[in-house]
Amino acid sequence: MSYLDNILFAILLVIGFGYFFNSVKKIRRNINLGTDVNRSDNPKARWTNMAMIALGQSKMVKRPIAGILHIIVYVGFVIINIELLEIIIDGLFGTHRVFAFLGTTYDVLIASFEILAFLVLVAVFAFWSRRNAIKLKRFVSSDLKGWPKSDANYILYFEVVLMTLFLLMNASDLHLQNVPGGFSHFIKAGFFPVSQFIEPIFNGMSNELVMLLSEIFWWLHIVGILIFMNYLYFSKHLHILLAFPNTYFANLNPQGQFDNLESVTKEVKLMMDPNADPFAAAPVDENAVPSKFGASDIQDLNWVQLLNAYTCTECGRCTSSCPANITGKKLSPRKIMMDTRDRMEEVGRNIDANKGIFIPDNKTLLNDYITPEELWACTSCNACVEECPVNISPLSIIMDMRRYLVMEQSAAPMPLNAMMTNIENNGAPWQYNQQDRLNWKNE
Amino acid sequence: MAEMLAQGKQPEVLFWVGCAGSFDDRAKKITKAFVRILNRANVPFAVLGTEESCTGDPAKRAGNEFLFQMQAMMNIEVLNAYEAKKIVTACPHCFNTLKNEYPELGGKYEVVHHTEFLKSLLDDGRLTIEGGQFKGKRITFHDPCYLGRANNVYEAPRDLILKLDAELVEMKRSKANGLCCGAGGAQMFKDAEPGNKEVNVERTEDALETKPEIIAAGCPFCNTMMTDGIKNKEKEGDVKVMDIAELIANAQDL
Repeated sequence: MSYLDNILFAILLVIGFGYFFNSVKKIRRNINLGTDVNRSDNPKARWTNMAMIALGQSKMVKRPIAGILHIIVYVGFVIINIELLEIIIDGLFGTHRVFAFLGTTYDVLIASFEILAFLVLVAVFAFWSRRNAIKLKRFVSSDLKGWPKSDANYILYFEVVLMTLFLLMNASDLHLQNVPGGFSHFIKAGFFPVSQFIEPIFNGMSNELVMLLSEIFWWLHIVGILIFMNYLYFSKHLHILLAFPNTYFANLNPQGQFDNLESVTKEVKLMMDPNADPFAAAPVDENAVPSKFGASDIQDLNWVQLLNAYTCTECGRCTSSCPANITGKKLSPRKIMMDTRDRMEEVGRNIDANKGIFIPDNKTLLNDYITPEELWACTSCNACVEECPVNISPLSIIMDMRRYLVMEQSAAPMPLNAMMTNIENNGAPWQYNQQDRLNWKNE
Repeated sequence: MAEMLAQGKQPEVLFWVGCAGSFDDRAKKITKAFVRILNRANVPFAVLGTEESCTGDPAKRAGNEFLFQMQAMMNIEVLNAYEAKKIVTACPHCFNTLKNEYPELGGKYEVVHHTEFLKSLLDDGRLTIEGGQFKGKRITFHDPCYLGRANNVYEAPRDLILKLDAELVEMKRSKANGLCCGAGGAQMFKDAEPGNKEVNVERTEDALETKPEIIAAGCPFCNTMMTDGIKNKEKEGDVKVMDIAELIANAQDL
């Protein structure tokens, strides 16, 4: 017996996984371009969030149609991947249906894979229709022009191809299992509730031809899976992996609580300390990087915000619930996340091209990707954060960029400058005398 | 507060009036309504009066962390000097900032929204309300973002409306799915970016779909935005926008 198949398979696996791990390394490197933020507190609540929101899909079903369809594809993906284990063992060791010894359990497993594969096909058809035929508003918005729209459809086509190959593989296998008196190594194993209806297409073909087809389906299926896995890096589909860490590291504080910038606290304390010497030179720290208030580029965002950007699957629930977007303003929380990822990848490519060092390219996330007009349209209402099925916070990025605009560039809209001047002068956003604060008492 | 301290007394609660409640003509009515209820329930309370200053919320949401923290630290100095323990406010923005953002800067208090406080007065039997003029009226409640999503307070204001024997009707977008009135994030103090509609008009349409007689609010800024929305729709004759505190005070003829 020739071992050529097994060697070829092992090489395929090594290339597939090797390339994939290389991509994972790049993602990690890019996420670590962000500043540090401590999200190691309260592991119990974090595990619970991950279990409920990522594993349990609790926020997906807030929109029941999309939610249920998504659960089908998600469960299908997780369960059918058990089959992948058998495929890998069979491929490496030249066995055939190595788990067949499980008997009835095997029948149940194969049957459930088949039913799920069929349901996935139905769900994918529904998803495709929502994007391309029904044209739901959040799927045809200008955010998705070009690659994002194609990406979304490619993912659906991938699923169709993989599920179809899986079912064809089973159907041809079943056909050969049913050859009277048995054929080659095709033992009777498994129960095929779906592919039994496909099986008749092989009637009239020679057994050898069906066996060849069966092997082709098997190989295409595993190659397809490896390609899909490596496609993730270029796609919004990364959420299937990153949803888990993303929900784990998500903010646990009340949504209304915005972080207090520590660097500012230091300055303000110094300013308010009557004993501080206003002329004292600041202590010199050779290694200190001059700190920037707020964010103008991805290096100023924290790593959780960057993880958010990679996790975003561009479903647009945030944008469809954003009061600014609903009323026709330019702001789209989804676009904030997509821009952040695009810029992060651009910076990543820059680093790759320059041997590990980022050479400034005279571009920033602010202005080159996200305009101040978008940022100023935000009402900070947290609807986007609430909606996100995987706890992404576009709002935190918007706020950090506003901070940069105001504290580094003094570039707030004029009426806001007036409001802030009033607070400074008379302790209220309007021009009223602080001494009149109690006037209501006697009115 | 200074007077109370001079008499050697500590109030049960410090009423943080807020800038809107102090200066805005519409919001001052809410302040007075809430005070009338506190007096009726014999709650010993104090206000900071001229020693109160903006919490810094609009500055922070606009991105001016410096101004926010300066305001916060000044206010914390004052509050700590008076040994404030429990604070109640009728403004969800003050509420959120005092409750969530002050502790890290040294200001640790028990902070409640006035709807929560009124609810606790009812639960403790210190205040009784009857429906009065609101019995059977259709009332819809607009969730303020900084009370609802930001701090998960959804039930207290609704419980109070139900206590008035009113018919509480929900908008299609309510509670965690509620739509902002358009004032948050310092939008109150600037013009909206170009678009095809004002946010407050969109939200007022949500409210009007429920055919309410009264739109109840729990925030002075939401109140302004919804009132403007009603004017925009020329419905001022049919629909009133009222704060929960006003509903209760009016029901008691206070």
